[in-house]
Amino acid sequence: MAEIDLKQLLPYGDTTQDGAVQLSFTLPIEPSAKAREAATQIVRNWGFFDIRIAHMSSIGIGYAFFVVMARAEKSVDYTKVEAPQLDLQKRDYKEIDKKILQDVKRPIRLVGACTGFDAHTVGLDAILNMKGFDGDIGLERYKGFKVVNMGSQVPTDELIDRAVKENADAILLSKVVSQKDIHIHDMRELIASLKKRGLERRFILVVGGPRITHKLALELGYDAGFTIGSRPSDVANFLYEKMIEKKNAKNKK
Amino acid sequence: MYSKRLPLDERKISRCRKIAAEIGNEVGLLIHKNSTVGIERGILRLLGLNGALKHQGLQYPVANLIVDQLRESKRLNEGALFWVANAILEKNISITDLEKGIAEREINIGKVSSHDIKKTKKFAQDLASKAFQNLKAYRGTRRKTMTQHGDPLREKRPLKYVIVATGNIFEDITQAKSAVNDGADIIAVIRSTAQSLLDYVPHGTTTEGFGGTYATQANFRVMREALDELGSKVKRYIRLTNYCSGLCMGEIAALGSLEGLDCLLNDAMYGILFRDINPRRTLIDQHFSRMICSVSEIWIMTGEDNYMKTTDAVKAGDQVLASQFINEVSALNAGMKPEQMSIGHAMEMDPSYEKVVLMEIARAQMTRQIFPEAPLKYMCATKYKSGDIFTAHALDTVFNLIGSMTNQGVLLLGMPTEAIHTPWMQDRSVALRNINYILNGSLGLSEEFGYNTEGFIAKFSQKVLDDCLKLLERIHKEGFFKAIEKRVFADVSRTINGGKGADGVFEIDHDVYMNPFFKLMGSKI
Repeated sequence: MAEIDLKQLLPYGDTTQDGAVQLSFTLPIEPSAKAREAATQIVRNWGFFDIRIAHMSSIGIGYAFFVVMARAEKSVDYTKVEAPQLDLQKRDYKEIDKKILQDVKRPIRLVGACTGFDAHTVGLDAILNMKGFDGDIGLERYKGFKVVNMGSQVPTDELIDRAVKENADAILLSKVVSQKDIHIHDMRELIASLKKRGLERRFILVVGGPRITHKLALELGYDAGFTIGSRPSDVANFLYEKMIEKKNAKNKK
Repeated sequence: MYSKRLPLDERKISRCRKIAAEIGNEVGLLIHKNSTVGIERGILRLLGLNGALKHQGLQYPVANLIVDQLRESKRLNEGALFWVANAILEKNISITDLEKGIAEREINIGKVSSHDIKKTKKFAQDLASKAFQNLKAYRGTRRKTMTQHGDPLREKRPLKYVIVATGNIFEDITQAKSAVNDGADIIAVIRSTAQSLLDYVPHGTTTEGFGGTYATQANFRVMREALDELGSKVKRYIRLTNYCSGLCMGEIAALGSLEGLDCLLNDAMYGILFRDINPRRTLIDQHFSRMICSVSEIWIMTGEDNYMKTTDAVKAGDQVLASQFINEVSALNAGMKPEQMSIGHAMEMDPSYEKVVLMEIARAQMTRQIFPEAPLKYMCATKYKSGDIFTAHALDTVFNLIGSMTNQGVLLLGMPTEAIHTPWMQDRSVALRNINYILNGSLGLSEEFGYNTEGFIAKFSQKVLDDCLKLLERIHKEGFFKAIEKRVFADVSRTINGGKGADGVFEIDHDVYMNPFFKLMGSKI
């Protein structure tokens, strides 16, 4: 096997360091020789080379669909990449439920919402609704959680009010829209409002969304960040462990 | 031995239908005694009272205002129709002037003095008959367009159903046009998040929905016009779908009828279990909405596929089938024909199970045989899809093939990006290419093979039917509402007086109240 140069990490197609990438996208123009050339140039502008338009076809009226194979030259130094990762033991919902009832001895109270203008509840619902995500059932179905799902476009202060009223253990914030970094703005707002009300240590704070990383969440003062592909059981696991951690810390005092 | 049909015991199927009918009677008693604000607003919509007024910065429908006024003056249990007729006679004005007067706050329908009751009742009856004739006229126009453009049903293959969900009705039209061009037969405009919980229907064309576009009369109209224009070009009638669950079932059915909707996702059970809508409210509303659908020849589409998403889909077969029987009987009670019942189910079993494809074929074929005339709505896999778009596409291919070989009525196309976002234009196009290949390539497949009458598929389907019969017996014994409370469906508990919209149900004063549409539309309750 060829040596992999981690200082210059590149995608792998069939040859080490070949930088092979497959892309698919649609342009709002009819397919033609000109459209093909336009697609090639646009992909080149993105920083790829050795561009092959593998497929071009018409979609609907006035649109062209492309599948493109290309190579990337810009690499990343993997030895310098940092991404704090939640190190959680994998448990399924039955096990988590059992552990919560055994160790916490009551359901964990959780209030979730999409704040600000964000009306995309898809992530929040994937974690909280019974249906869950990819076969992993939502926290509402757990006996170990008492969930309040406030839905979308909830003002930050209302979320805090509700968390106080429910005597919540944790707040789950979901941020899907990230235009103009609105997700970061809204995440900061929650932290600032909690501080203003002297509640910054009261709740376990968890945030999730496609542009959220654990690293970003920690930087902004959250306890954990969950990105796309996270399962309800991941969130459940984290909350369980955090509850135990808090309990132990309290006992030590 | 091999047979074209699965060996299902017909006596068991009849027994299921019989129990479902008795459950239907339990609901019928409620419908007989009560009406709802939703039904009253639906009646007003049928009469043509479809305007709106500015109200605290919002467009508030006149139909809502009328019901609010009647409620305030304690006239609601005598019915909106009666009091509209009364106001028109007493004031000696046209219905259009009445609407204008109410919108401009010059008339409060709750305060108009009483006219002669007998005359009012006769006039109310005439108003209703006229509205009913109107509906029939709209239906006539639709039928004509359908014949002119050509109904894809004649091609004897499942209809291809795709969604558009941009939040902007005009962007939705661009997406819909593209889909039709790639072969879609049914366009479903996904409704804005949580619209089902609004106790009114928003007004006007809208460009700012979330995760979907608001269902409004104006949005229905612009999409219908776009599809008709395209349908005449591609020589294929394109069906339009929207949502008719939630707190405005009657109104949406009425508006859908006026604006040429062909299918409505209409299922009180869905509202009860997954939207926490009051069971009494939504079951009563549902009956009225289905009466309207029956007259307007709108297909209802039921949401049983959702049960499989919340519980283990392998075990949920009995719930799905039981709910399908209940949905069937409640549609029959509203005067619907089986050909209008797009009964729902889905391919949602865990794809990692051995023989899972056999199990899915068993379910799909069993449903086909039990509801032979229904244009069954078969929903693609969603629960076990992740961000892996390539594997998702493989699941969809199998789904399409099962849909084809078991002759489903409507295939709700799966998207490779199902678990990521509402579909992009290219996602839909790729999904349509997949299904076009499968439907074309497997045309007539069901005529070529038989089922092993002693085989795994036969046995699996027989077990679902057996379990369903037991479940229905249990539901009947407990009482329908008690059973829902005890988590019979989807592992969710709801109580008869709980949930949203409960205060919208009221007892009818049978001496005065009239809803002639029950008789006109052929309600069996």
